[in-house]
Amino acid sequence: MTGAVTYRLQINGADHAVESSWLGESLLYVLRERLGLVGSKNACEEGECGSCSVLVDGRLVCSCLELAAAAEGTEIITVEGLSPDGTLSDVQEALVAEGGVQCGFCTPGFVVAVHDLLDGNASPSPLETKEALAGNLCRCTGYGRIEAAVERVVELRRG
Amino acid sequence: MAADPRPQVLAGGTDFMVEVNYDHRRPTAVMSLRRVDELRGWRRHGDRLTVGAGLRYVDMLESEFEVSAPALAQAARTVGSPQIRNTGTIGGNVATASPAGDTLPVLYALDAEVTVSSTRGDRVVPIQELIVGPKRTTLAPDELIVSISIPVSKGPQEFLKIGVRNAMVIAVASVALVVDGDNRHIGCALGSVGPTIIRCSEAEAMAEAEIDWDRLHLPDPRVYETFGAMCAAASSPIDDHRSTSRYRRHGVYVLATRALMRAFEPGA
Amino acid sequence: MADGVRVVDRPRTGIGVSTRRPDGGPKVRGEFAYSSDLHADRMLWGRTLRSPHAHARILSIDIGPALTIPGVSAVLTADDVPGRPTYGLTVPDQPVLARDIVRYEGEPVAIVAADHPDTARRAIASIVVEYEVLEAITDPQRALQSPAIHPDGNLIRTVPIRRGDVDAVGSVVVEGTYEMGIQDQAFLGPESGMAVPDGAGGVDLYVATQGLHQDHAQVAPCLGLAPEQVRLHLAGTGGAFGAREDLSMHVHACMLALHVNRPVKMSYLRDESFVGHVRRHPAHMWFRHHATPEGRLVKVEAQILLDGGAYASTSAYTAANSARFACGPYRVPNAVIDATCVRTNNAPSGAMRGFGVVQVCYAHESQMDKLAAAVGLDPVEIRLRNVLARGDELVTGQTVDVPAPVRECLEAAASVPMPPPASDVDDYGLPGGAGRTADRARIRRGVGYAVGFKNLAYAEGYDDDTRARCRLDGGVATITCAAAELGQGFVTVAEQITRTVLGVDQVVLAPASTATIGSAGSSASSRQTYMSGAAIAMACRQVAEGARRAVAHRHAVAVEALEIDEGRIVSRDLSIDIPIGRASEEPLEAEVNHHHRETFPMDPVTGQGDTDVSWVFAANRAVVDVDLDLGLVRVVQMATGQDVGKALNPLSVVGQIEGAVSQGLGLAVMEEVVTTDGIVRNPSFTDYLIPTTADMPPVEITLIEEPEDGAPFGAKGVGETACLSSTPAVVAAIRAATGLELSRVPVRPEDIALADVRREG
Repeated sequence: MTGAVTYRLQINGADHAVESSWLGESLLYVLRERLGLVGSKNACEEGECGSCSVLVDGRLVCSCLELAAAAEGTEIITVEGLSPDGTLSDVQEALVAEGGVQCGFCTPGFVVAVHDLLDGNASPSPLETKEALAGNLCRCTGYGRIEAAVERVVELRRG
Repeated sequence: MAADPRPQVLAGGTDFMVEVNYDHRRPTAVMSLRRVDELRGWRRHGDRLTVGAGLRYVDMLESEFEVSAPALAQAARTVGSPQIRNTGTIGGNVATASPAGDTLPVLYALDAEVTVSSTRGDRVVPIQELIVGPKRTTLAPDELIVSISIPVSKGPQEFLKIGVRNAMVIAVASVALVVDGDNRHIGCALGSVGPTIIRCSEAEAMAEAEIDWDRLHLPDPRVYETFGAMCAAASSPIDDHRSTSRYRRHGVYVLATRALMRAFEPGA
Repeated sequence: MADGVRVVDRPRTGIGVSTRRPDGGPKVRGEFAYSSDLHADRMLWGRTLRSPHAHARILSIDIGPALTIPGVSAVLTADDVPGRPTYGLTVPDQPVLARDIVRYEGEPVAIVAADHPDTARRAIASIVVEYEVLEAITDPQRALQSPAIHPDGNLIRTVPIRRGDVDAVGSVVVEGTYEMGIQDQAFLGPESGMAVPDGAGGVDLYVATQGLHQDHAQVAPCLGLAPEQVRLHLAGTGGAFGAREDLSMHVHACMLALHVNRPVKMSYLRDESFVGHVRRHPAHMWFRHHATPEGRLVKVEAQILLDGGAYASTSAYTAANSARFACGPYRVPNAVIDATCVRTNNAPSGAMRGFGVVQVCYAHESQMDKLAAAVGLDPVEIRLRNVLARGDELVTGQTVDVPAPVRECLEAAASVPMPPPASDVDDYGLPGGAGRTADRARIRRGVGYAVGFKNLAYAEGYDDDTRARCRLDGGVATITCAAAELGQGFVTVAEQITRTVLGVDQVVLAPASTATIGSAGSSASSRQTYMSGAAIAMACRQVAEGARRAVAHRHAVAVEALEIDEGRIVSRDLSIDIPIGRASEEPLEAEVNHHHRETFPMDPVTGQGDTDVSWVFAANRAVVDVDLDLGLVRVVQMATGQDVGKALNPLSVVGQIEGAVSQGLGLAVMEEVVTTDGIVRNPSFTDYLIPTTADMPPVEITLIEEPEDGAPFGAKGVGETACLSSTPAVVAAIRAATGLELSRVPVRPEDIALADVRREG
């Protein structure tokens, strides 16, 4: 292994040291293989599927396209940070209840993306939801139950 | 894959990381611009916009920016997914110099000027001189794109992009059309239909002569299709796994025709 | 009702209720352990060197450079395969590692284990293989006239069907040739797993798969180990859709782990996945339909050619399915059908959702629309005049003796209200979507219909039996079954069945493994609820019987005096009323081995025979908007009528249908593995396009419930059928909008925009 680097990452509010990491490692790889945070998934590793979605400084990004070493100094939130005490978030709860989960490989990415969508737009139109989630591929559900879950959260948050 | 001893300049990194993940590139040193805030912003002075190379696609969707550069905003909106638009930058799009780079036809149509910096100082390069081939630029190894200068919108602007999917897709063909009502000028450029972005000078000149500039109307409705055909003739597409040259040329014809129709209503 | 046992709908958790997935919580929290998430101390990373050529002779392999790279622990080639050098799901014709010849691009040649994935890929890149490139036979139409690619020859199977009067003619005849490109399953979870040596010469493989035992039967011989020395355990599986029927990294990871005596994990990248699993057979099809002037089918003629790729996989059975279902769910008195599958230097084809039927459904439904036009009927009416019903005979001579609500499915789909017109839709919702290409004046709407059907479980005399064990202890029911959960929701249904039969609240599903129970068969062919669901129900019923006997013994009454009623053991006089969960002090256990009814081979000349266990039917209506000039398509709405027998979990059924429709839609308008001389040109999600949210319209679903006798609670398997008819429905809708022939899928924009046929502007 060449080009080893050492740096620190702030993930879900905790400080993590990353030591002797190959320079080319993506944030996704470091999360999964060095820090044991395997919730972010590795379906394409080219930014096309959204399974590895995380928030970096509040922005929804594909962690496979983030150079891990360059993420030092940012605040990273992964799917594991959205239900820290084990209680499901409203988005997670809705995805289960509405049947938005099948194989579930895309699910953590959708959880992060739907949180990001609804935090920025409390009541998206159906087409706004589609545009916001177009970067998250799902091969099992055909998206219908995922979109139903988004609607459920919108209703619940409306109160 | 030979290791490259020079530091790789990382803007958004969306193209770079795909190459690293698939072992087409092995970085040994990286200079990240992610937190260089002076590259992030944009500002208007007079009738020009200076766009920082680090401006992300998502930032171009803000309404203030969109008013000044509507075609660029529309092009940015067609880039990849929200995740990519949150990461990728206009400077990265220019430096990668892919003929399918979505903002590039707009920058060509606007005669964008790129400010490039190195320890030897700054230089300003017209975009069509900076990009010389597919993924090839005249950037020196130690040079960095700092900003891009474009005129503020002074008329209708359009960007249309064909993809085989309704979202998150690489352009099979794209057309940017920008109108400068003050100077009675049209800029039109094509994406994904040649080794670089293609500027449609003959079509532009033809249309400029036909337009009723006082009313921003097009008296002769046949000109729409003539314009489309001239743009198609200017294209130089290839067959690949994404489409055929024949369809791409046809697509340019349809898109350019529609772009001109959107920009100029028919009638005297 | 099945087996005379009363079915009780328990409102909270039982049959017929949309209970939640037991794995839903872990999956939304990111805690569910998929095969690519596995990790062990001292674990190494495995990686595969693959052929860059579609057909070549291997002259030499120099692994020396790889061995010198620090961090590399093993580099293995064909010489290192400890047992049988080949494997295969039906015929062991595929090398574990290529020795002298590579027969497709991506064929494994060498494997390495290293301390880091980057080390492993540098090691792979350093191996020097000298190839002599051979001509690649990639056109299936040339395969039978070409030199044999493989010792087994280039013909994998020809399946003839001759039914009734083969010389019959109809007064109306329509003919067409149809072509289907290569569809990839494109599951999201990569091929992956971890092999852990047991220190005694054996190995445990944790892997994503559709069938643990069928994998085991191939892995152990290749490793040269006794069956009990190799144990396969189901790791979290990120979708499958047929692509995990065959082995991928299984033997390789085990070889490396045994060689270095350390755990080895392998996980394919997406480009590797595109050549690392079998995909749907591409097809060339010719059909001629004969009918009366009233549009009643007289005869169907069909010639079907499937490209099996370099190795056999399940191709022989795929071809049989293409033949048996070539006519669709219609009454066809006379038929002349030949389905042939050949070997080529393309990557192997194999199972994918709809197994051999997706191809012919596109063709026969295209033909039915041609026939409708020829006799002047609308597309719904032509189908209704010919639909199969219970009691009719198929072209194999087998009588359909299960519910066959084809008419009901089609009428349900056809009666769904139409979506709003394109004029009411925002730009983003028009054809072209985000690219904002549409000119509203140049959009045409079209509506298309299709029906389809397919067999349930395996056919042609194959006994795909299944085992399940139920243990009831302290009110907790533990179910052991090796059925693979791929995402389809088998685990949910397994719990529901158990709760319904035993009346218990607590159900534990033991991990699926070859170490704990015999085979459940594969999660394939819409069979797991039907087969393993039935086995679980039977095991639970045997436990309930044990509870009944235990109560009878304890209360000193005759067993006959007690009944099993809604999860309770109850005496006729109601003096005894005990929940089954508390009926016995001792644990109660039962294991069953469930077989479906006997099936029979197809006659080799006529194709006649009672080949199938059961059938499932579906109908689709598609509504599309088409940009006439650019050829871009927006599917606006899908309506599905689906035969389900009985919906055990309606939400789960809806999810299966929506997912199947999305894959059918993708095949209709965007999904194709593009190859040139056997080399895949688009092995990425950048270029192999699957539908996004922006491509999927609402799916309006009607479930047709006509329970099947003998099926668990009357349920049929619903994983596949909506995928059959959605592709032809979308294409029919595009035809309706454009007037074009569209004899190839996926329909590409240029097929519409550059068609030579004139149409109304």
